[in-house]
Formats: sequence, structure tokens, C-alpha cells
Amino acid sequence: MDLKQLCEIHAPAGEEKRIRKALLAEARSLCGEENVRIDRMGNVLCFKKGREPGKPHVCVSAHMDEVGFIIMGATEDGLLRFRPIGSIDPRVVVSKRILVGEDLVPGVIGAMAIHLQSAADRERVLDYDGLFIDIGAKSKDEALGKCPAGTYAYFDTPYMTFGDGFVCAKALDDRVGCYTILELLKDSYPCDVTFAFVTLEEGGMRGSQGAAFAIQPDIAINLEGTAANDLGNVDSQFQVCCPGQGVAVSFMDKSSISQRRLFQKMLAIARENDVPHQVKRGVTGSNDAANYQRAASGALTCVLSVPCRYIHSGASVCCLSDVDAQIQLTRAFLNNV
Amino acid sequence: MLRDTLKTLLSAWGPSGNEHAVAEAIKALVAPHVDDMHVDALGNLIVQKYGSDENGKRIAFSAHMDHIGFVVTDIDENGFLRVNNVGGINQSISNARHVLFENGTEGVLYCQPAKGETPAMKHLFIDIGAESRTDAEQNVQIGDMAVYAPDCFEIGANRIASPAMDDRCACALLCELLMYLDEPKNTVIGIFSTQEEVGLRGSHVAAYSVAPDIGVGLDVTAWGDTPEVKLPSVQLGKGAAVKFIDRSMIASPSVRDALLKAAEDAGVPAQREVLPFGGQDGASLQHTRAGVPAGCLSIPCRYVHSPVEVIDMRDMESALRILLQFIENA
Repeated sequence: MDLKQLCEIHAPAGEEKRIRKALLAEARSLCGEENVRIDRMGNVLCFKKGREPGKPHVCVSAHMDEVGFIIMGATEDGLLRFRPIGSIDPRVVVSKRILVGEDLVPGVIGAMAIHLQSAADRERVLDYDGLFIDIGAKSKDEALGKCPAGTYAYFDTPYMTFGDGFVCAKALDDRVGCYTILELLKDSYPCDVTFAFVTLEEGGMRGSQGAAFAIQPDIAINLEGTAANDLGNVDSQFQVCCPGQGVAVSFMDKSSISQRRLFQKMLAIARENDVPHQVKRGVTGSNDAANYQRAASGALTCVLSVPCRYIHSGASVCCLSDVDAQIQLTRAFLNNV
Repeated sequence: MLRDTLKTLLSAWGPSGNEHAVAEAIKALVAPHVDDMHVDALGNLIVQKYGSDENGKRIAFSAHMDHIGFVVTDIDENGFLRVNNVGGINQSISNARHVLFENGTEGVLYCQPAKGETPAMKHLFIDIGAESRTDAEQNVQIGDMAVYAPDCFEIGANRIASPAMDDRCACALLCELLMYLDEPKNTVIGIFSTQEEVGLRGSHVAAYSVAPDIGVGLDVTAWGDTPEVKLPSVQLGKGAAVKFIDRSMIASPSVRDALLKAAEDAGVPAQREVLPFGGQDGASLQHTRAGVPAGCLSIPCRYVHSPVEVIDMRDMESALRILLQFIENA
């Protein structure tokens, strides 16, 4: 399964069934039916027995869910009220094509035309109370008949490659991590490895809480897509990481501090194996590493991320060479642990 | 001596996530007095002194080894280090400070907001005397941490100031407690925890692995006895403070009352602490597994999270007597 297929599957947090089905089929064929299971949180856990005894048990985790929307209701004239699932800047959703529900009802998020806006309107950022999904319905009943409250909605963005190895797609956070795990499932390693595809990361890191407690690894490597801010007018100190400069290794973020020696070992392995890498230059973002670090008696953790511009939008951008670097570095780590 | 132990621990370098030097100093102090020591995945140092009564309780005390600091997030072309806070750093008191990295590199932390801008973390930088990025990278890498340079001086007859008082004073107290314990009937577990300042992270896992019968957090608490401060009512020199409530926990009444009774039995002063903010390791102990009765004994401390945190040694003495009595009574 390639990155395009993974990104185009619609699976916001809480509605991961489609991506889970796809990952489950791939995982079963790559590491054997008996080694793959689904837990009560809907996480897919795949166990690979190590070739050598006495090595630490490593967990490699990525989240399968993405950001999206959920329908709350409708106006009398048939516009759908909605809220984001996960954090999405309301400024990036205006004028976007949206698909709603199982039947992929097409829609668009609209806003007042610029001609009609007062000077005050132009200064104001519309919040979700002022934004609607227009599915062409003429009444509340028609709109809710097709898309009742609780229906999920998705960015309708095709996967696109452009420039020198760049990709634009929705859900790069964290289908890049899922793709890396699928590639890693093709090999065996000296140590026992549990590969985890977890649910509900967006909006609260909830799926990994159960997975971490069930797995209780010695070491957890969390694979992510993380926010790159290398935009035209941003000072170096706020850029965090840059697409094309390799996999980003985190020393700390908002939810965990990587174990110092593990962080240093990761950098050493990257250097020894000529894997393009960068140290993530910021402490932004929270992710599942927090849960692996702090489940039960605790684990050593480190986060390896693919830098993604415009993350948590319908059009995030990453560099395929960084995905490749994420695969290489994780593989080299598993072979050298 | 409590004062010597405290001074030893105040000199150790250890921001959140990098507490190993503090752990080594504590190990050296307590090794002869405990039956068992180990360091877990998060770097918590967990020591045990077995009780003589096999039906005795397992009482855990947790004091955190880390203190607040700064992490380098970028190095500019002129060799200045950009930083982010590790734990609760107040920008307004982070200006013009002497800071220290683990490898001994010293620097000046300075805050330079543009005209009219409110000071924020993005205006802070560390000057380590480097003349270029390459020059700076000889000594410091992105991801390295710095702390307010260790310092310790006495003010007045009973008081000591230091940037690491939160929470090395409680580490010192816990070390002394383990040294003083003479064949207790109950098993006493000392958790010297990590990463408290970034959200009680170390004690969270230590609490799970220790699974005690009773838990007590040992930490500093904010003061109410300087000009302009109206809350809380705790004062320096009036005894250790028995916590009723803070943002992280409501102390279990059984433990809270047992601490108050221990103070009474020992004949030492204690204060009642009601803190409308803050959190400490007692919460981790209380909330682990199926729940553990837990409380907290605090050392009143002025200017918490500054380079000049001040405590009163009489409160440390009071705390030690209370804890010894508490273990005896349990």
C-alpha cells in the first residue's frame, strides 16, 4: 500500500474503521494473522518476534486517525453546522471542498463574498459558529436527512506530487508514520518489536493510552508528522524543522522529554548510517510518546517526525525523502538497539 | 546534618529530564542507610528501607530532583542561543541571569523585547561568549539544557537562598529521614522523582511501580509573608505545612490528619496549607492504580521559581520531626 492510498482514506479521530481495515489487511499479510490484533480502543497491534534473546522490547507507534469535521446540526435554510475533530485553524477551511459521511456527499465550506464585507468583517476571523458546510440542500430537513448530526466530514483533497519530491495531501499527519510502519513490517529485527497503529491521537492522544498500557515496552519510538514552519518570512528560531532536510529527531516537545541517551543514540545511529536527519528546533506539539513514556512503570521514548508544512489542513506538504529517512532511521535503530 | 545535606544537593546540576547528577549525589548519601536502590526508565531514584514488621505498611515519600531551566532550541549565526522554558519560568525574572550547562559552559541569559513589546520567551537568549554558530556548537548543541547557575547563601540566622531550593530542600529532608530511621516497623520508600516541573511525570510511573499503602509528597509551597502577597497564609519559620488542597489533589483526610497529629505528638509547630494553585508528587501517589491515601508535607518557600528561593531551616527541622513521628504512628 503506498502513501497516496493511505492519505486518501478518510478516517478522522473516532471514525478510523476504513483505515483500520486497510492497515489490518496489510499487517496480516506482512507479519502473520496470529501476530496481529485489535484492542478495545481500536488500535491495531502487530508483534514481530526478535531473532536474538535478551534484547529490549521496542514499540514503534504511529497514529492512524487524522483531523476532520463532525456535523452538529443544520440551519433552517439547509446549511450544515459543524465542528472540527482535532485542532484545525478556521482560517484554513474556508472555500474548501468537503465530503460528508459514508455516502461522500459533496459540499463546500463557504463564507461571505469579499464584495459584501464591511471593513470590520475583513478584520475578523470567522470562527466555527460563522462557518457552514453547503451541500446544496434547500431545507433543514433535507440537509439533516442526508447528513444527520454526528456524521463525520472530510477534506476532499487528492494526493499530488510536485516539485522535486514534494507531496501535497491531507492526512500526512500521520499516514507518513503508518507508511513507515508498513515498510518496516517487511523485515525482521534482532529485538522483539510491537508495531502499533493507534486511534484517537488528534484531540487528545486517547488510543495510545490503552496501547501503551497493554504493550508496556522498554523503549517506544513514536513516528509522527510534525509542523514545519520554514515559511518565507519566519526567523530561523521559529522554523522548527524543514522539509527536505531529513527526519526530525525531537529532544522535547510539549508532552514529553525524550530520554537523553536515547536521543543521543538516535543521532549517532543516523550519522553512522548516513541517514538525512535534523534536530527538531522547538518544543511544540503533543503526541503519543507521552503515553508510552508514562504508562505503568514507564518507558524510554523518542519521537521521529517527517516535517510537514501546513499541517492540520486539507493540503499539507512533505518531502518524500524525509519519509524515506524516517524508515531508514527507525530500521537502523531496531537493528542496533 | 540537615544543612550540609541540603548544601550538597543544592550544588548538583539537574533540570527536568536530566536529573542523573542529583541522583548520584543522593545515592552517595543514602546508600549506607537503605536496603535497596534502583533507577527506573524515567530516571527516578527509588530507595527502600524495609520495616521490621512483615505486616507493616509500605509508606512512600516523593521529592523531586529536577528544577526548572531552559532548553536550547536554536543557535543563530552569531552564536547566540535561543531557548524555551523547561517548567514554569517567569520571563520577567529571567533577565540578566548567570546560567550553567551540564558540561560546565557558562552563559548570560538576557531578555531583549523590541520597544513596546511585553517580554516573552521568544525574546530570551543565552550569550556563551561565542562569536559564531560553529564556535557555539563547540560547547552547546540544540537540545542541551541550562539552569540558573547553582548558588547558595545564608540570609539571617535561619534562612538559605538558592535557585534549586524547589525541590532539593525536600530531597535533603527525605535523605535525612532515611538516615534517621532506626529499624522502623513500617517499610519506608523514598522516591526521588524526575520531571515534576513539567507535569509530575516521573512520580506518575514511580507511583505505579511502587504501589504503596500510603503516599506523601514532599515539596515547597508558596509563601504569604512578604509585602503585597496576600495569599496563601503560610509563613516562613512557623513550621512545615500540612497540605489540605492544591490544584493537583485534595489530600486524603486520613493522611492529612495523621500529619497534623504527628506534629502535635512530636511537639513541633505545623501550619495548615490551602493552596489555590500548584501541584506536586502527592497527586501521582494518590491517583495511581486503584488509588492510594496520600497527602503532602510542604516546606514554606519564598520566591519560588526564581534564582533566590528562600526557606527557613527551622521548618526543615519541624518537617523531619513530623515525618519521623508520622512513620512511627502509622
